[in-house]
Amino acid sequence: MASSADARAAVLGRIRKAIGGASSADVARAEWEAIPREFKRAASHERGEVLELLVERLIDYDAHVVVVRPEGVTDAVKSLLEARGVRQLLVPVGMPDGVLPEGFAFVVDAGFGASELDAFDGVVTMATVAIAETGTVVLQNAAGQGRRAATLVPDYHLCVVQATNVVETVPEAMVRLQATASLATTFVSGPSATADIEMTRIKGVHGPRFLDVVVIEDAGSK
Amino acid sequence: MSGTALDPRTAPVFPMAARSAMGDTQLRKNVRHATDVIQGKRARVVGEMPDWQELREAGKRIRQHTMAHLDVYLEEFERNCTKAGGVVHWARDAAEARRIIVDLVKATGSDEVIKIKSMTTEEIQLNPALEAAGIHPFETDLAELIIQLGEDQPSHIVVPALHKNRQQIREIFRTKMNLPELGERPQDLADAARMFLREKFLRVKTGVSGANFLIAETGGVCVVESEGNGRMCLTLPETLITVAGIDKVVPRFQDLEVLLQVLPRSATGERMNPYNSIWTGVDAADGPKAFHIVLMDNARTEILADAEGRQTLNCIRCGACQNACPVYRQTGGHAYGSVYAGPIGAILTPQLMEMEHAQSLPYASSLCGACYEVCPVKINIPEVLIHLRNKVVEQNGMRNVEALAMRAMGMIFQSERRFRAAQRMGRIAESPLVRKDGQGQGWIGWLPGLLGGWTQVRDLQSMPKETFRDWWEKRGTDGK
Repeated sequence: MASSADARAAVLGRIRKAIGGASSADVARAEWEAIPREFKRAASHERGEVLELLVERLIDYDAHVVVVRPEGVTDAVKSLLEARGVRQLLVPVGMPDGVLPEGFAFVVDAGFGASELDAFDGVVTMATVAIAETGTVVLQNAAGQGRRAATLVPDYHLCVVQATNVVETVPEAMVRLQATASLATTFVSGPSATADIEMTRIKGVHGPRFLDVVVIEDAGSK
Repeated sequence: MSGTALDPRTAPVFPMAARSAMGDTQLRKNVRHATDVIQGKRARVVGEMPDWQELREAGKRIRQHTMAHLDVYLEEFERNCTKAGGVVHWARDAAEARRIIVDLVKATGSDEVIKIKSMTTEEIQLNPALEAAGIHPFETDLAELIIQLGEDQPSHIVVPALHKNRQQIREIFRTKMNLPELGERPQDLADAARMFLREKFLRVKTGVSGANFLIAETGGVCVVESEGNGRMCLTLPETLITVAGIDKVVPRFQDLEVLLQVLPRSATGERMNPYNSIWTGVDAADGPKAFHIVLMDNARTEILADAEGRQTLNCIRCGACQNACPVYRQTGGHAYGSVYAGPIGAILTPQLMEMEHAQSLPYASSLCGACYEVCPVKINIPEVLIHLRNKVVEQNGMRNVEALAMRAMGMIFQSERRFRAAQRMGRIAESPLVRKDGQGQGWIGWLPGLLGGWTQVRDLQSMPKETFRDWWEKRGTDGK
């Protein structure tokens, strides 16, 4: 790969010539810290309002959302699955107890191939964090969330979000994700959509056409 | 438009190409509709953000900072990506990038690849190179699929097929997908694309993508999209090959807190685009088994070396400047003769071509400043346009007709006698060309030869019968 090493040296050399000599990591670190970030970083709403905002923004993006108390999760999931008419569902490894209802075929993902994934009616997962302001759930390759293909190929995705994992702003979400930043990460805002034809928003192209979100209120909340 | 790639080296100059685009009323209607819709959505979601100006300022500072330390951040990205199991390649120019990618695809043994929409692969004309090597690239973004099947060219950075309306798209799909019964609702067309591509997603073993951001701190790559076609290409194949300009790097994961806010709102008028994918090297239990990334210069270091042009590299390819530009809104994208159209294309393309081609593009603007106002990272496009106009004049030197004309004008203005003679000459010379309008005002609609450039796009008022000087002198002698 001599030519690759040559190209590397050439490109880095050109950069250094263009910026007036090699830069230093220490200087870069100090200057990065000094970049002004005067935009809104923290939440400005009460917790209840943040949850309401998440619901409103998810619905605005064609997701279906319900907010339930912890003891009502299983029933909520059951009625959503029934309403969608789905039977054969994929779940990731590490799905917590008390989420999945009786009466459905839940199959734990064993690294299925793409065509096998395509045969499922849908998938049920948790999320690492949800962003109210943008109506986004963020999934990582972690217990209860699984690999990226699992939430992509089946046509329906039901995502369960704990209220404690709901933040108001994008900067708050990035702080939460920092520790696990190297895991495969997907931000999902509503079902798959396109606006490529006359700028008309069309739901569902290649990703799941239907997204349901169940938000579990904090046990302590009224 | 033919199926040949948009290439600034062979494209007609902007005024000529724009002239023919101006005659296509369907195209102008489609472009106007699409840009109106996106601008309306953008204004609404930007209006929701009380801290928009602070976000823009932070975005600008992050990008400026990255460019000032580009070597450090690229090396850091390379180190972290490699550590995570990715393979980093470097390319000095488009030809080298094409060669690396073609060789990597050949090494996988596939003769097909699935592709995510990527302006970088358009810039380097990757598809023709793949085809020449016997590899068939399938575009999977709906707009890119329309372009590919229609043997067309992209005309917008974010919505490449915005110049086509639904009837035109239906016609392309009907013939190319062999669907004689295809309906013409947007939903029918999207469903047809879903059916057409699903089989490819499940079968093809190699994916090719561009990148929105490369994260130095983690070695991660971020791709922003809507349809899920991106996620398909990033997760299902066994091998993923990503090509990115060296300008795509950002220092830290945290910096996405700004970029993921300003990009979707500016690009498609959404609070967040439906899908963002971030992956770091390879994960044995998730996605491709092999990941290659090609870091490409292709004249970006030339731009970096130019203190005034450098801010062009801050661009995050949102396309907001195109939607806001009164020139783009009239001509559409193809007139720019480059995959990067609109205001950002007018400054990016000539610089990517090392100023040897696309010299008319810095003039394809009214300098109204609308592009600067909407730019989420505050690139002062009008400033760069003027800077590039200076470069064009310098480059063309004194052989340039405009420079000669200006020199002649200078001579005339230096002497009162010559100035008066020129005014008299002008009035005599123009007389056969002047036509009176209803109010008795004379207009010139056509000038011969080189002067014709002026009257191509505007009428010229005839010279007054009497100059101010003549009037003043007459007034003096009459003693009024």
